[in-house]
Amino acid sequence: MNYSGFKIFWEGLTGNKGWKKAWREPDPKKEYDVIIIGGGGHGLSTAYYLSNRFNVNNVAVLEKGWLGSGNIGKNTTIIRSNYLLPENQPFYELSLKLWENLENDTNYNSMVSQRGVLNLFHSDSQRDAFVRRGNAMILSGADANLLNENELKEMCPYLDFENARFPIKGALLQKRGGTVRHDAVAWGYARGADIKGVDIIQNCEVGGFIIKKGKCIGVETNKGIIKAKKIASCVAGSSSKLMSKAGIRLPIESHVLQAFVSEGLKPVLDNVITFGAGHFYVSQSDKGGLVFGGDIDGYNSYAQRGNLPVVEDVCEGGMAIMPMIGRARLLRMWGGDNGYVNGWFTVY
Amino acid sequence: MIIQHPDLGPRDSSEFVYKGDAALLFRPKRTENNDQKIFHDYLYLRNNPAGKHCELWYHEYGDRSWLVVTRDTTTHEILKVEHVTDYIKSCKAK
Repeated sequence: MNYSGFKIFWEGLTGNKGWKKAWREPDPKKEYDVIIIGGGGHGLSTAYYLSNRFNVNNVAVLEKGWLGSGNIGKNTTIIRSNYLLPENQPFYELSLKLWENLENDTNYNSMVSQRGVLNLFHSDSQRDAFVRRGNAMILSGADANLLNENELKEMCPYLDFENARFPIKGALLQKRGGTVRHDAVAWGYARGADIKGVDIIQNCEVGGFIIKKGKCIGVETNKGIIKAKKIASCVAGSSSKLMSKAGIRLPIESHVLQAFVSEGLKPVLDNVITFGAGHFYVSQSDKGGLVFGGDIDGYNSYAQRGNLPVVEDVCEGGMAIMPMIGRARLLRMWGGDNGYVNGWFTVY
Repeated sequence: MIIQHPDLGPRDSSEFVYKGDAALLFRPKRTENNDQKIFHDYLYLRNNPAGKHCELWYHEYGDRSWLVVTRDTTTHEILKVEHVTDYIKSCKAK
């Protein structure tokens, strides 16, 4: 079933009786070419591109909970390719190009909104670093604009430009960056993969791997043994836990990253603002809530929730650059488990 | 999280800096043959358990003691707090 404006119009007139489920709920087959463990952002996108770009259709996605119940369902929705190093910048730029065409690709409204991502700077040396970063982005085919203080004031007059500790001198802007409706990303990928024959199996937890002569030939699950030629693990913060079942230790620690949303406000902030020096970033959702976050809590955690010192720290970061948010109340906060390699580079 | 400091009583976790898995206390000895693998494993690999985890907390904004906190990573419940020296002694006794 193809989604379109006409379809919505037609269904509106005929009592919305023609909608079908966006994906099947199949029982697992005995064997697949590829098993992907984890039905989140990475697992579903892997399934989607395998089936839609590379014609690998005999694929199962095994999800222990419900589809999109992990970090894809609770992140802060930012898309961007404003990185620096030649080793990773082309990767992020390719990703941003995929985001740009995601809705056409998947025929699903994932509310991709290229509203621009601003990185604030506060000193001459930081401006130099951002000029370098901007040039590196442009060299990789991405876009970058350097805004001086006056240009930034036109865009965001409410920022605390005279902040005593971090006076705001300008920003690096990536106009093509922005936000995306995170749940819809999971749903769009799932539907697109399902159409091509990928089996998405929910409530199916992998309990172990079947390894013969050093080769993994299948997985044990609560729905029985499922064999596969290739098996991928896309389980974010649970990677160490899962791979230990295969006897593999990883260079990863699991940490909790918190995110926050304020009560709904009138439109006030039409882009993404990151305040790297204070470890704070914010955007406004289409429902009106300010969506923001900052540092990880900093200790190993699988609890999917954080503690109050980081809540205070993140809110202080927000108040430092945006005093106007001081009277907005915090509506919700939550935490997701991420895998970090030593040195605090997040891997998912 | 409140950490029961062995000398100072209950202290807020924000007074501490987290320094990772307490296994890092046991730096391997140099050997002739497989230095590289042993040190690679020591430096990079982590057990990263879901559940009981012995970890280093440095009381930077307090008495600058190094503590080993045994904590459940799935609930954040703190099960035991001891000085690093005591922890090493008890490990060696085992």
